[in-house]
Amino acid sequence: MTTATDSPVRTDDPGQNSGGPFALSHLDALEAESVHIFREVAGEFERPVILFSGGKDSIVMLHLALKAFAPAPVPFSLLHVDTGHNFPEVIAYRDRVAAEHNLRLHVAHVQDFIDDGRLRERPDGTRNPLQTVPLLDAIESNRFDAVFGGGRRDEEKARAKERVFSLRDEFGAWDPRRQRPELWSLYNGRHAVGEHVRVFPLSNWTELDVWQYIEREGIELPEIYYAHERDVFARSGMWLTAGEWGGPKDNEPVERRLIRYRTVGDMSCTGAVDSDATTIQAVIAEIAASRLTERGATRADDKLSEAAMEDRKREGYF
Amino acid sequence: MSTTIETTATSLLRFATAGSVDDGKSTLVGRLLHDSKSVLADQLEAVEHASRNRGQETPDLALLTDGLRAEREQGITIDVAYRYFATPRRRFILADTPGHVQYTRNMVTGASTAELAVVLVDARNGVVEQTRRHAAVAALLRVPHVVLAVNKMDLVDYAEPVFAAIAAEFTAYAASLGVKDVLAVPISALAGDNVVEPSAHMDWYGGPTLLEHLETVPVGSDPSAEPARFPVQYVIRPQTEEHPDYRGYAGQLASGVLRVGDPVTVLPSGLTTTVAGIDALGRSTDIAWAPQSVTVRLTDDLDISRGDLLAAGPAPAPTKDIEATVSHLNERPLRAGDKVLLKHTTRTVRALVKEISYRIALPTKPGDTLEQRSGAEGLNVNDIGHVVLRTAEPLALDTYSANRRTGSFLLIDPADGTTLTAGMAGEAFETVRTTDAPDAPQEEDWV
Repeated sequence: MTTATDSPVRTDDPGQNSGGPFALSHLDALEAESVHIFREVAGEFERPVILFSGGKDSIVMLHLALKAFAPAPVPFSLLHVDTGHNFPEVIAYRDRVAAEHNLRLHVAHVQDFIDDGRLRERPDGTRNPLQTVPLLDAIESNRFDAVFGGGRRDEEKARAKERVFSLRDEFGAWDPRRQRPELWSLYNGRHAVGEHVRVFPLSNWTELDVWQYIEREGIELPEIYYAHERDVFARSGMWLTAGEWGGPKDNEPVERRLIRYRTVGDMSCTGAVDSDATTIQAVIAEIAASRLTERGATRADDKLSEAAMEDRKREGYF
Repeated sequence: MSTTIETTATSLLRFATAGSVDDGKSTLVGRLLHDSKSVLADQLEAVEHASRNRGQETPDLALLTDGLRAEREQGITIDVAYRYFATPRRRFILADTPGHVQYTRNMVTGASTAELAVVLVDARNGVVEQTRRHAAVAALLRVPHVVLAVNKMDLVDYAEPVFAAIAAEFTAYAASLGVKDVLAVPISALAGDNVVEPSAHMDWYGGPTLLEHLETVPVGSDPSAEPARFPVQYVIRPQTEEHPDYRGYAGQLASGVLRVGDPVTVLPSGLTTTVAGIDALGRSTDIAWAPQSVTVRLTDDLDISRGDLLAAGPAPAPTKDIEATVSHLNERPLRAGDKVLLKHTTRTVRALVKEISYRIALPTKPGDTLEQRSGAEGLNVNDIGHVVLRTAEPLALDTYSANRRTGSFLLIDPADGTTLTAGMAGEAFETVRTTDAPDAPQEEDWV
């Protein structure tokens, strides 16, 4: 397998890029922009938090935050909304990383909300849409005023209209028609008591950028992002993992396949893709050649309707 | 696995498109994404499905970019949509902005970060009022490169004279606004002529296709030709056992080059000191340049905090009196006497709108020039005008023509935080006609 992953253009080597001695590679330009966003939040907000799921986008966010404030520690805590159907490998990774960087990890459990009746299990068993209530509850009870999300505008067409600083009202709701214009690199984070701002430092990154950056920076990921054998079954044209969360049903035969995950979310709606990519280089080559977007390939929740993401975002989803 | 997949680092170009649905803008954007193979099978499938639901026979590529329910229902683009695609030569960030007059503020938004603007016209209609407004916005926001895409050439039989006349009229007009680099390209977004692939129907055109031009236009300006500007975002003081005395100023270089040993002036205090060290995201380095995010250490222990500016080279004199060209973004009018917040780089200060000097009427027909309309009571949404402001604290502003980042600011409503106005310090256009004309009713200019 051949991949064009020669050493990337580094900022400390003026002259290597065709654009002149002071050109920046696209990864350097994106990194500089994201770091600027993290520092703006640190400078203007009282209680910021990073949404950290152990998925690759949140891992890259944390990596950027660590670089932005080095050699000082990251001045934010972490928040995870645990659906109760998360991959155990990812939960273990999450806890290990939080401990390694001495960061405070808040966990909001969907199960707690089901147990005390504030949420009801859906007929399809999917818990992804149930995350909004625990998320907003955690934001309110901890009085978080800035909430970093790993959302990227290339993911989905409603996200393509999202601001870097996105104001949410006291109900956590997003109104796409009333967004503040965002000009230059001037981010307006003013908000009233009870409101908060969602901040998306990876707004301008694509899936490929994220993977190239993971490779360049040598960032460790949960192992399920790489090819491994797993018991899976087919549902809605995707390979779902067999497990306690509710799958498979009687008519869904389980088979052992060589797969990997392109996105990591709730086990009930995150599909695996057939893959033999066991290294980062192989993953990048696979993504560059892919004919499907990551959400199209792996997320059942976005297939619900043309406006599924817009509707969830309006209610306060990530 | 194919060996032709190019995944190495490339440069990044931010550009904006302006035009209306009728000009075929969404089709053009869809074509760029589709032909550069940035539209994947599931996205195309979704578009085909949605197009069929609307009773259309061919996939409506506009549906790729109109992301909000209201946009799809009304068949118009309301908000700026950001699109991402890459070729082996370059990564692109496209700000796809609506063309309609009531969304001029969105074009201003998209143009603010763009290094290139594509203005789209219908070859059958030529340069129309909207084209003039789009060119004026690109000039106002100092977008360095402008491309005129003359679309629907297939509907004028690919005739060179039609293209040449439109290109000449637009180029002369753009030059009068101070736009330095204009390229006109004859295209058919629907048929694909000269968008990605050269046209088989227009061998009289010897220039690059639109994508070729996007791939080769220079990105950014030369930092070595500009004075260094470093707005301080945050003070990094670990106070850990490992770093008990570390004190670094975190920020992103707005312009220029900074080297260890460089003398710098701290603004607005005017104190001077020297760069002792530069940490590039955890790695020590001797040199940094715009737009890198770094942490700067200084030789002297000065009182420096968020909102201060480290400047090398000719430094702007801090001032409380600001004259600026503004684009008003909000439905609430901006009036003399308004008390607002002014956000400039990393500093937010209170400010008073002392005077709305004049509104700028953009040219609407051939022979028109930019005109001052004095006596404006206030600026309404989508208005462009000139204002005088007084701030509570001095600001170190460059003129916008000298520096897009340290010459720009926002006016914010202190009551609810709404972003009201985009400001650009200094005169926007060199060629505004100075003979004052009385301000005419809104409708004459904007409908």
